[in-house]
Amino acid sequence: MKENNYDYSVVKGFAYSAVFWLIVGLVVGLWLAAEMFYPALNLTPWLAFGRLRVVHTNGLAFGFGFAGIFACSYYMLQRLTRTSLAFPGLARFHLYLFNVAIALAALSLFAGMNTSKEYAELEWPLDVVVVIMWVIFAVNVFATLIKRKEKQMYISLWYIIAMTVTVAVLYIVNNLEIPVNLFKSYSAYAGANDANVQWWYGHNAVGFVFTVPILAMFYYFYPKSTNLPIYSHRLSIISFWSLVFAYLWTGAHHLMLTPLPEWIQTVAIAFSIFLIAPSWGSVVNGYYTIRGRWDLMRTNYLTKFFIVGITFYGLQTVQGPTQGLRTLTAFFHYTDWVVGHVHMGTMGWVTMIISASLYYIIPKISGRELYSVRLANLHFWLIFIGQLVYTVTMWIAGIQQGAMWKATNPDGSLTYNFLETVTALYPYWYIRFVGGVIYFVGILVFTYNLIMTGRSGKESVPEPQPQTA
Amino acid sequence: MNIEAKPITFAILATVVILIGTIITLFIPMFLPSTQPVSDYIKPYTAIELEGRDIYIREGCNNCHTQTVRPLRTEVIRYGEYSKPEEFAYDRPFLWGSRRTGPDLNRVGGKYPDSWHYKHMNDPRSMFPKSNMPAYGWLAKRKLDTSYSFKKVSILGYGYSEDEVNRQIQEYRKKVTSPTYNAKAIRDQITPPELRNELTEMDAIVAYLQKLGRDVKMLKKKEAVKVAEAADRPGALKNPFEGKADAIKEGKEIFQNNCSACHGDDGKGGIGPDLTDNEWKYGSSDEAIFNSVAKGRPGGMPPWEGSLGKERIWKVIAYIRTLGKR
Ligand code: HEM
Ligand code: HEM
Repeated sequence: MKENNYDYSVVKGFAYSAVFWLIVGLVVGLWLAAEMFYPALNLTPWLAFGRLRVVHTNGLAFGFGFAGIFACSYYMLQRLTRTSLAFPGLARFHLYLFNVAIALAALSLFAGMNTSKEYAELEWPLDVVVVIMWVIFAVNVFATLIKRKEKQMYISLWYIIAMTVTVAVLYIVNNLEIPVNLFKSYSAYAGANDANVQWWYGHNAVGFVFTVPILAMFYYFYPKSTNLPIYSHRLSIISFWSLVFAYLWTGAHHLMLTPLPEWIQTVAIAFSIFLIAPSWGSVVNGYYTIRGRWDLMRTNYLTKFFIVGITFYGLQTVQGPTQGLRTLTAFFHYTDWVVGHVHMGTMGWVTMIISASLYYIIPKISGRELYSVRLANLHFWLIFIGQLVYTVTMWIAGIQQGAMWKATNPDGSLTYNFLETVTALYPYWYIRFVGGVIYFVGILVFTYNLIMTGRSGKESVPEPQPQTA
Repeated sequence: MNIEAKPITFAILATVVILIGTIITLFIPMFLPSTQPVSDYIKPYTAIELEGRDIYIREGCNNCHTQTVRPLRTEVIRYGEYSKPEEFAYDRPFLWGSRRTGPDLNRVGGKYPDSWHYKHMNDPRSMFPKSNMPAYGWLAKRKLDTSYSFKKVSILGYGYSEDEVNRQIQEYRKKVTSPTYNAKAIRDQITPPELRNELTEMDAIVAYLQKLGRDVKMLKKKEAVKVAEAADRPGALKNPFEGKADAIKEGKEIFQNNCSACHGDDGKGGIGPDLTDNEWKYGSSDEAIFNSVAKGRPGGMPPWEGSLGKERIWKVIAYIRTLGKR
């Protein structure tokens, strides 16, 4: 099989789209973070916090996250099947449609066309575009798999398949709505039911966007960059099936102590706790893979991205189930603690793995060496430190906020009125902003490094094609 | 069977596996009465309230405000009765939220007078200098679009006829443009002259905010009246902190943090009445004033007993008494 039979143009297109939307999303994130302590920044209706926050979450989850996922999926799919894409033209159309859809999404959200359901805010015409786009992607995935030259499907392909089918189910069910006109619709579900559907979707967006495809990347690019085989195939099988089984039961841990029927909440907690096992299956697999070769953390610049990324994934999947427990959710729910949780996952796990995967891919497909390993190291440290500053600050803020909401005087009355619990957080919000800036600079370094690699990196010695992918 | 070599079988199996939890925790509950209870005391939104709700959604207020009071002691003290499933029967989409940068709003209806909301929405920092809420004064500069109102309530199945919708719209317009509307001064101040006789987006969002939790409160009030009447023995209560310097100092601070937004920094009134003029609408005894503060009064004075407690209420009264003497 010759290298040039693979279609890498879409991989490259999606990789650069990912970086582009990442930067857009982060600028919006920094603006938001500043609005929290400097409300004068709510300059216009479309810059007001309520609209902007949605641009941030959608821009990063869908713009950055999905572009990265598509880039890596199209790459892995071809390498792991040793086949070129079944429909390269369709994939290129996918790339254009994707970027147009994300741009329209951002504009419509700025304009306030918004269903209010978290991570499903897009109004119905854009939902239709998203579904069409997903079908286009799925057609390529399955058609390529069917014509594959490599009989066995590697772990990463299982995760890609799971994402492909599940995201379709999630997206369609949660976005069922009745249109009023082109720009406005109402949910097909009401009240507690709507909440249940939404958070089944919301949690599994985390599961099948921020976990499953990222694990696909981890299982492929990590052994590739270290040249070490994954420790246990059997562990991979067990964790895969138990992960995809258990995730769907847990959405209600976002709705603890709300009017949702209690048994749904209890089932969700039980399965959330269970989820620690398959999540840590991958963590353990990752750690054991590198056993005896920890020197790679120093000598191979990509290794630390993967190891630190999987470590944050491990922490995230312990923190998540724990904060869902009734007594803890009573304290932490609605506070900045959860914002800390979110950003450990997205900045610490998702970005680490996507960055490393793109560092692996771009030199490979452009036939050049990485422009600068030193810049890659700098990028690593900046996003690592920026993320820690951000998340640790938010956890402390969350503890303080929870404690202040709960504080009572000896006579049973409240110690703080609501505003006092807000202004007490300003110092944390300043620090979070600083953490965000550090992280953002790291991402600028990353972007520069990738662009320079494509442009002026040294030509790399073509390596002999391995027998399997 | 080696399913790792069979992509289609693999995909079908994966779909079945993800559907198990989905069916049990999602599809089955959809048809259970416990996720969609209905009660007569919960009324659907009026056309105007619904327009206000759509503005709430458009502006993404749910990104900072929750709408579920959890059954926790301090939360019930802070916001009021905890939320019940039947309250949300008409909510498509639900708006419970996931982050509480601002306070919960599920019980805000009737807590403050309309004038409070106009002033607050127009410029939150004019009332709470350290608030981080965006200012929404521009909503008062936009005429409310009611061209889809009937279609909206029909889609949602609220059962109003087109005439009824038009009546609701006209009635609400009459209310807010009337010379006797209790928020007239502030409404006129923030609404441009050409819109003063029209409905604006601001009017609609205020209407919506006033609806939140109203039905539950009405129900509770009916139950509560009898109990309260029995407990009110006139003339029995005296302020233990009257004239005590420490308490007055503390009372001043409490006043500034909680009362001044409505009664003014110096107590000379604003949204709420002047407290320095020695005129007391509900009586000038310690007990009468205590009851006004503790239990609230109809025109928009919220009850403070839960959040401040008796002791701090007496201290703030001790402070208020010093204002009148000047
Ligand atoms: C410079 C870095 C970043 C900054 C300054 C930032 C800032 C913020 C702020 C201020 C919020 C709102 C918090 C609140 O309402 O209290 C937020 C929410 C959120 N951000 Fe970021 N963010 C950053 C990076 C990211 C990244 C990389 C992702 C995803 C890939 C992300 C995903 C999210 C999500 C999903 C939420 C919603 C959280 C929730 O609903 O609890 N953010 N971010
Ligand atoms: C075992 C796995 C996990 C469990 C059981 C879990 C649990 C939870 C719980 C209980 C909450 C809600 C907290 C609250 O509102 O009080 C939450 C929020 C969240 N988690 Fe996780 N988590 C897990 C893994 C992850 C991962 C890997 C990510 C990746 C980024 C992530 C991202 C988020 C986001 C974005 C939210 C905020 C949702 C919102 O309110 O908008 N979680 N998680």
